[in-house]
Amino acid sequence: MVAHLLRLKLTLLRNGLRRSVWQVVGLVVLSLYALGGLAAATAGLVALSLAGPDLIRTVLVLTGSLLVVGWWIVPLVAFGVDSTLDPSRFVTFAIPRRSLLTGLAASGLIGIPGVVTTLLVIAAALTWWHHPVALLVSVPLVPLALATCVVGSRASTTLLAPLMARRRYRELAAAVMILPFMLLGPILNAVMAGVAAGKDVLPTLATTAGWTPMGAVWAAPADAVAGRWGAVAVRVLVAVATLALLVVVWDGALGRALVTATTAGSGSGRARGRGLGAFGRLPGTPVGAVVARSLIYWRRDPRYAKALVVVPLIPLVMVVSSGGSRGGMLLAAGPLVALVLGWSISADVAYDGTAFWTHVATPLDGRADRAGRLIAAAMIGVPTVIALITVSVAVAGRWDLLPALLGASLGLLLTAYGGASVVSARVVYPVAKPEDNPFTSQQGGSIAAVVSQLLGWGAVLGLSLPELVLGGVAAGIHSVLLGVVTLVVGVGCGTVVAVLGVRIGGRALDTGAPDLLARMVSFG
Amino acid sequence: MAPVPTPSDAARSDAAPSGTVPTDPGAPPALALRGLWKRFGDKIAVSGVDLDVPVGSFFGLVGPNGAGKTTTLSMSTGLLRPDYGQVWVHGQDLWADPPRVKAMLGVLPDGVRLFDRLTGLQLITYSGLLRGMDRDVVAGRAADLLDALDLTADASTLVIDYSAGMTKKIALACALVHAPRLLVLDEPFEAVDPVSAANIREILARYVTTGGGTVIVSSHVMDLVQRMCDHVAVIAAGHVLAAGTVDEVRGDASLEDRFVELVGGRTSGEGLAWLRTS
Repeated sequence: MVAHLLRLKLTLLRNGLRRSVWQVVGLVVLSLYALGGLAAATAGLVALSLAGPDLIRTVLVLTGSLLVVGWWIVPLVAFGVDSTLDPSRFVTFAIPRRSLLTGLAASGLIGIPGVVTTLLVIAAALTWWHHPVALLVSVPLVPLALATCVVGSRASTTLLAPLMARRRYRELAAAVMILPFMLLGPILNAVMAGVAAGKDVLPTLATTAGWTPMGAVWAAPADAVAGRWGAVAVRVLVAVATLALLVVVWDGALGRALVTATTAGSGSGRARGRGLGAFGRLPGTPVGAVVARSLIYWRRDPRYAKALVVVPLIPLVMVVSSGGSRGGMLLAAGPLVALVLGWSISADVAYDGTAFWTHVATPLDGRADRAGRLIAAAMIGVPTVIALITVSVAVAGRWDLLPALLGASLGLLLTAYGGASVVSARVVYPVAKPEDNPFTSQQGGSIAAVVSQLLGWGAVLGLSLPELVLGGVAAGIHSVLLGVVTLVVGVGCGTVVAVLGVRIGGRALDTGAPDLLARMVSFG
Repeated sequence: MAPVPTPSDAARSDAAPSGTVPTDPGAPPALALRGLWKRFGDKIAVSGVDLDVPVGSFFGLVGPNGAGKTTTLSMSTGLLRPDYGQVWVHGQDLWADPPRVKAMLGVLPDGVRLFDRLTGLQLITYSGLLRGMDRDVVAGRAADLLDALDLTADASTLVIDYSAGMTKKIALACALVHAPRLLVLDEPFEAVDPVSAANIREILARYVTTGGGTVIVSSHVMDLVQRMCDHVAVIAAGHVLAAGTVDEVRGDASLEDRFVELVGGRTSGEGLAWLRTS
């Protein structure tokens, strides 16, 4: 059964590649990136292997823990977990749950992230080649580490999916995620007080991480070198227990998913709207109608909510990654959130799916379609960015940076809206359907998505250079006046790019809308 | 059947002003397809379809599964670009000026999603507003349509929570809200209950006889087409096998027998000897 599932995944991958040359190109580009990263990492590990066991332990535990956490969290916030083998498609087959679990987990290793991780984990285990005793521990732990990564990603996405699908819980989850952000100041003070400066922290941190579910598996070999076999046993126990817990969580969530109809109105009772809703409040024009429809979707469609959940996460990650400082990294969160939110409409047509025919069948001007979607996104994005920057400036105590940051961020936001308006009128790729798990990426979707995102983000950053450079200079020389100039330039340039994006994207829709629709129909 | 106008004829004769009587014999057909081709990969879905749908007709399009009905109708309504060929709606070339022609069309496609996170009322309103209609007019017509299609009680329910039949009905309401001159409905009666189907038939019949509109429906149900439509075309493997008034096409036989005769492919049903529970 496991072999069947692996073969199925490989067949699906191959057929996906056969369907489009661009998928092959995307796969090659991504493979090159992955190879480059892999080569750099391997070189680092070779150098590391010549160092003392303490340094090896510190580096491996910290990077290893990051790798595991990455597997658990990244699918929640970014690309989604590959759903080529969607468990719900196996509902009607009598496959024993244990075989299904094993097969799905093993198939998770097929694909670029899986292969890269496998090679990295093996390389990390072999880093101990100077200490044969440690190899005795590290090599047998390779499958355990891999399983923790893959099963963890499945468990976190399967577990959180039903929450994300229900509006009430989604709002709750968003609130819960915002909570740490609001408590950031006190938490950071405590952390700062607890640890001394810079590098000395890392070994301590590694010692702590070495006992966590994420780090235990990486710390065990070092104990073997030191001859502390009791510690080795405890760490292996922690790692095994972690995996067992993850399997139980995933198994339970999967069991529920397999008996829950996927298309039912997401469980929380039938939602009802009152009257016309946004359609009654906005102007009764085609643009107004598109704005109203988009606003309703931002509220009711979990895939749009996903973009908003990321908003509080980004400043959190920035602060944590800068070791808890309340300075520069936190202030960078505003522009970053602006970029992410601005780009969030780049898959708008893809999210419509075949429902896009409603626009194609009407004599709707392409510019009205573009403008409506952009205005709806901006009604949410602009206040969010302004609020986030105000809060981050207040937390950092740098009110002098407010105009420069606002200028750079609003410029980025508007520019990204413009760029996304062009991209989503030209590129569609398979995305999760509204009733699917919002954390899944569709087969072949991730490659097309990643390539169009890489190009699009590059273009957006390039077009935002004026306000980014001005903002940087204003911050560098502490000039409030230059900050105000940045604000004017940022809003001005951003508006120009947004209007151009609506025009160019609108023209692309006028000629190419039926072709976009045809491609989405072929996705099924 | 009226003489078939060539595309160039249709191009020269300008569109009839919307006020004229649609049964004017000089007017171009409501829909004229000329040499329509569409290929998906290796499969040719539609190969050289020519078809005329007279103004004021209730036109049935029948064919076996995979005959190219949906593909033909998608190309006729601007949803799918033909590889070759032309589509003329009331004498105007659809693919030369899509917005102008789409304004005359009401479309109910098959096998596509709707914006199903909207309520039924919102979806009809959206369809009307997208076509530039006045909001008050849309509101009045939406209420009438919901009433006529027996959906008033579910006006505030999200379309995603509708049954398959209700979804068909709300999509039909969206196709009707702007009172189009040509209505193109792909499988409008699929999954619709008998009472609603009768209501819909009556609405469509009245729209053709007294409203001056033209209706094209595709269907698998021969009996329904024979009773409801005055014109019919049989399409199979991407070709039109027969077209004309229902009586012309069926001759002395029933439409179903004539269809089977044209399309072929009946099997005896003896092949599945193993299909039994004992």
